[in-house]
Amino acid sequence: MSLLEENTLRVVLYEGEGAAELPAGERFEILSSLLSKGYTVTRAGLEGRVAPADRSSIVALGRFENGQTPEVEDAAGEVSLRFEHIDGRSPSELAERVDAIREETHTSKHGEWKPWFPVIDYDRCTNCMQCLSFCLFDVYGVDDDQQIEVRNNDNCKTNCPACSRVCPEAAIMFPKYKAGPINGDVVSDADMKREKMKVDISSLLGGDVYDMLRQRSERAKSRFSKERSSDKALNERKKCLTKLVQEGDIPPEVLMSLPSPEEIAKKAEEAAAKAQAALDAQQGG
Amino acid sequence: MSDKPRILYCNCAYAKIVPPDVKEGVLRELCESGSAFDAVADLCEMSARRDPGLKRLAEGGAVKIAACYPRAVKWLFAAAGAPLDKSATEVLNMRVESAVEVSAALQAGELKPNIPDGKPRASDAPVAEGARNVGTPTES
Repeated sequence: MSLLEENTLRVVLYEGEGAAELPAGERFEILSSLLSKGYTVTRAGLEGRVAPADRSSIVALGRFENGQTPEVEDAAGEVSLRFEHIDGRSPSELAERVDAIREETHTSKHGEWKPWFPVIDYDRCTNCMQCLSFCLFDVYGVDDDQQIEVRNNDNCKTNCPACSRVCPEAAIMFPKYKAGPINGDVVSDADMKREKMKVDISSLLGGDVYDMLRQRSERAKSRFSKERSSDKALNERKKCLTKLVQEGDIPPEVLMSLPSPEEIAKKAEEAAAKAQAALDAQQGG
Repeated sequence: MSDKPRILYCNCAYAKIVPPDVKEGVLRELCESGSAFDAVADLCEMSARRDPGLKRLAEGGAVKIAACYPRAVKWLFAAAGAPLDKSATEVLNMRVESAVEVSAALQAGELKPNIPDGKPRASDAPVAEGARNVGTPTES
């Protein structure tokens, strides 16, 4: 998932020396078309500052004088630099051309995954490891300094904000969530009271919602073996899941895709052990 | 070369949390202004993928960013190893401000740094004039 090892493509809508200035409407249409395909675009004119160059490959689109694209290359030979004359192409055709260049230059493709993952506010985080012990999908880990970190963000379940609800400091954000403070809005005193209450309730129920789910499932399983009624067990599970969906705003598909109660128990133990080890290391250090 | 802060626009492409009329209005105004600017499809995706482009965008001096909540933007950049300079970054929130307000702030010469430093409380938050309440938009 990391792009650190991949080459990325930067598109420049070039309206500087040697190229004509585009009408605002055309500029908007081209930018919209490229952004909708996931590209990073720089609009460069005769004035103004933009982000500096790096090792990204660059394709510069422009209405060049006499239709002649400049012949230049990176002196250091590190960056692929191309120019494309835009005349005669619609914005969507231009975006398709950029797609083709992306493939030719083996640069990364964007937009194949809805970027849903936790973002930690380290101004608030107290490194309590509750998120690490809560998450069953190995999203969290600790770095060499035993500091909590988001390690496998693509393991995160889309639209599930559950870990942010167990954080006692409201330090976990999902920027694409609908409401504050999980979306990054300022944390109010009322939010803090609400978050604390959730953790307390969770503790009363036996540690965490997964544990609650596991225990209920086990009870349901026990009843199933006694009563030999798969319908009753299924109803019990559904009832439990519905409650979690409503109270935790956890998508039903996330809960329905949870592993078996035995696997949940095993993963919960592993996560708790990881968290405890990190806490012990913190105290030892 | 102008001394005006750079401009960075986030199109928040992969979720419907920023009102489309605000996103479109801000981009259209940027295009009409003739300003130089950088535009990204989605800062969240870049952060999640540790896109080195974020480092490029964080560097290079003062910047105004049209995106979402300042606290989220701050930590999205930090998560990708590209911390923003808190004294030289102003974040305009397209989730709660109108296109007119965001566009005016982007074009204003003055930079008003506003990314949080430390553990802010609600009472620290400035009250935006005419900030509109967009409720809780449907997610994609």
